[in-house]
Amino acid sequence: MKAIWLVELVALTLVPPLLVGVIRKTKALAAGRVGPSLWQLHRDLLKLARKELALSGTTTWVFVVAPAIALATALLGALLVPLGTLPAAIAFDGDFVLFAYVFALGRFFTAAAALDTGSPFEGMGASREVGFAWLTEPALFFGFLVLARLSGAASLDRMLRSTESSAWLERTAPLVLVAAGLFVVLLTECGRLPVDDPATHLELTMIHEVMILDHSGPLLALVEYAAALKLFVLSALLLHVVVPAAAFSGWSGFALFLGGLVAIAVAIGAVESTMARLRLLHVPTLLIAAALSSGFALLFLAGGAP
Amino acid sequence: MSAPGLAASGPGGLALLVAAAALLAASGAPELLVNRTGRRAAAAAKLTTALTVLACLIGSWGALVALGGGEARIGLLAPLPGFEVALGADALSGFFALPVFVVGGLCALYGASYWSPRRHPRHLRTGRRLRIGYGLLLASLVFIVLARDGLSFLVAWEGMALANFFLITIEEEEREVRRAGWTYLLYSHVTILGLFALFVLERQATGTFGFATLAADTPRALGTAIFTLAVVAFGVKAGAMPLHSWLPAAHASAPSHVSALMSGVVIKMGIYGLLRTLAGVAEPPLAWGIVLLTLGSVAALFGVAYALAQHDLKRLLAFHSIENIGIILLGLGVALVGRSSGRPAWVMLGLAGCLLHVWNHALFKSLLFLGAGSVVDATGSRDLETAGGLARRMPVTAVLFFIGSIAICGLPPGNGFVSELLVFLGLAGAAMTPGAAWAALPAPVLASTGALAVACFVKVCGVLFLGTPRSAAAREAREAPAPMLVAMALLAAGCAWIGLAPGSLAPAIERCARDWSRQPLPALADLAPFGWVSAAAVALVLVTLLVFLALLPRVRRARKREPALSTWSCGYAASSPRLQYTASSFAEIITARFAWALRPKVHSPRVESLFPAPSRFHSHVGDAILDDLLLPAARGALRATASLRALPQGLLQRYILYILALLVPLLIWALAGGDGG
Repeated sequence: MKAIWLVELVALTLVPPLLVGVIRKTKALAAGRVGPSLWQLHRDLLKLARKELALSGTTTWVFVVAPAIALATALLGALLVPLGTLPAAIAFDGDFVLFAYVFALGRFFTAAAALDTGSPFEGMGASREVGFAWLTEPALFFGFLVLARLSGAASLDRMLRSTESSAWLERTAPLVLVAAGLFVVLLTECGRLPVDDPATHLELTMIHEVMILDHSGPLLALVEYAAALKLFVLSALLLHVVVPAAAFSGWSGFALFLGGLVAIAVAIGAVESTMARLRLLHVPTLLIAAALSSGFALLFLAGGAP
Repeated sequence: MSAPGLAASGPGGLALLVAAAALLAASGAPELLVNRTGRRAAAAAKLTTALTVLACLIGSWGALVALGGGEARIGLLAPLPGFEVALGADALSGFFALPVFVVGGLCALYGASYWSPRRHPRHLRTGRRLRIGYGLLLASLVFIVLARDGLSFLVAWEGMALANFFLITIEEEEREVRRAGWTYLLYSHVTILGLFALFVLERQATGTFGFATLAADTPRALGTAIFTLAVVAFGVKAGAMPLHSWLPAAHASAPSHVSALMSGVVIKMGIYGLLRTLAGVAEPPLAWGIVLLTLGSVAALFGVAYALAQHDLKRLLAFHSIENIGIILLGLGVALVGRSSGRPAWVMLGLAGCLLHVWNHALFKSLLFLGAGSVVDATGSRDLETAGGLARRMPVTAVLFFIGSIAICGLPPGNGFVSELLVFLGLAGAAMTPGAAWAALPAPVLASTGALAVACFVKVCGVLFLGTPRSAAAREAREAPAPMLVAMALLAAGCAWIGLAPGSLAPAIERCARDWSRQPLPALADLAPFGWVSAAAVALVLVTLLVFLALLPRVRRARKREPALSTWSCGYAASSPRLQYTASSFAEIITARFAWALRPKVHSPRVESLFPAPSRFHSHVGDAILDDLLLPAARGALRATASLRALPQGLLQRYILYILALLVPLLIWALAGGDGG
């Protein structure tokens, strides 16, 4: 392994909370506030990791295991996608299925842990968390099928890094449709507006944040870091769909990767600053539109040459 | 089929399988020899269970030998000229026989405690019938996979149907159970009629009354008729979606360990029959594959949608069987499409997914049904809404149920993930092929099904085991006795083994796939990333364990804190178990989207005055196909044929007259050479 990869890998572990910081900063600036520092979540995580726990008497082992699984699944997800100049650490035919299903495993336990508290609010959050995934998964899989079709490969690494720059231009239309679908998947899966409002103070309106009301100390740190890591991984996936692989080489490629991630975070912040949360009943419409967008891209390619 | 096959390890396997089946059929004999209520009844019951488990051990050995390859065959007497009666064992027989013995043996072990008169006096009356029927059911299942001709297949099939009927209606004093039994019997008759027609057509096409490879020059119409009959007849048995209506009630009504066997093994005989019928078909029309892909997608998606809407634990699991049969059919569909379009890699991947899911579903679904049985036994109710907090009262059952849930959702590191991955790989292969991208359309449907299954099992696990108890019975539930836990633990170990080391099964699956397609296929290990799947599964488990261990000291300290903290309820201090989300409200966000297909029956009170009296809200999702389509159609048919019902009047003489009236013209027609020579 090249030394540069090692340096980058260490640097990348610090990036996920930074992306959350960028989103918060963007929203603060758009609202005319100074906002918290970009490194605020890092400090919060360090502080939480050192604290003692407070556990509700209702909870069982599920409540403690769930954050550990959330971290393990997000880490495994991060190893499956290429990260700019770094190729995916794990690549095999069909790894896109593993990618989708490890996050589903994380979702299973996060929602189960919410029900473990016996709280009506957390049950509500859990219900919503699992209640939208059945529409985001088709959007994600349509996207994967399009990428598989374009690259002729069934592994995420080759799907995202094999296309030549010239060919990439010819395939703008399907890729734009897939990118649009993936962006909505990213917003939904990471609990951002217009699906979920991470900054509200009312438990009734939240999804992800309400599920972790009872988490404290290191458990909360694990959940928060895993959520940031998921945001990072899905952003990297989206970035690789939008930018051809050839652009990511050397230190400039690494800088481009970081810049691209920050740009996506800023875009999320911009969406959050300008949009209100959708009514819950209307969320499926948005998600079906995302699935159709990726599905259309497959339709584009259905008949033509490989 | 040829003599050289005998030289392989086959004959030993066949002998062991036949011996096991005979022992199973006779396992109830000790109980018939003693007085049902006498002193020695308990000893006889133990002996029967012991014989069943012993037969299952012998049979598992035989199935493993048969899986080793080769075809063994013994011809028996031919009762009719032109018909042969033969038993045989090849890899495919072994593959479907092994779950019969593994699940059958473990469920018998579980059943010995679950249905013991010491736990419930009423079990004294039905226990004997249950155990005798159980042995007969297992024996007929084995004979089904051994039958090599239509005649013995039909006899074994009918044996299975009848033995199963008596097991479903064990608790016949309940109206609901009798209804489930009759529906089941009706559907079984449809299947057997279809099978008669199927074998007659097979004889016309191939000259043998039984499963024979359809030649490439079979007339198109005949081939289509055979395929349609096979899909309908075997699809009814397997519970494929529009043909499934017998399944949910039957699975819910049978004793839980019988439900486990039915769901895990018995319905797989439909898949076995379909596989045998389609084995080696040289050039199946593309439409066959498309039909199976469509059927599989519908069964998978709507099976899980119906499951989500249930609040009866066992009905819910039954609908999940329909979902999993859908996944199995998707695998078979991929294999057929691959066969039609000359893609051996798709054949291998699709068939491997189909076969592996047969084993996987046998393991995790029987585990879940046994877990459900323990819960029903402990709380006295199948209703999810009265459970809650059982993880504290039944910790081992809870852990095992969670393992089964992860497996059935297709999540890594469970075994369900491996077989779904194989199906996905086959579908992705189609997506990458110009002109075949349409064949990949089930992939997003399957992905959606997976997400719905996660939603459903978060609901089940959460409402059963987590939170606080919703009823007094749940508050006082007790952990299941050791034999029941051991049976479940062994099934869970099977799930974990396939999830962590799927590569170990590749040779057996490969042999079956090659036997089935009768063409050279690429090696499964080259197509499927078993090594990576193992590595990822192990890594997930290890990282989770490490983080958990790092947290443990602080968790211990937090648990010791006095007084114990309560859950944050946004400042509301008088929290009650009834404030928790219920199973129905948890799933409502999804089931509302499927209301057009689920057609829920809602009885909601209307509030009319200022001070309304207490009232009840009730909603129930039945089965739209049965309630809204078949029953009205049947009532209509009854009305339309009212005048015809004058014919059967219970007079034997009349019936003989009718037979004569039919027979004489047929004889004249035959003697006049009407069959064309």
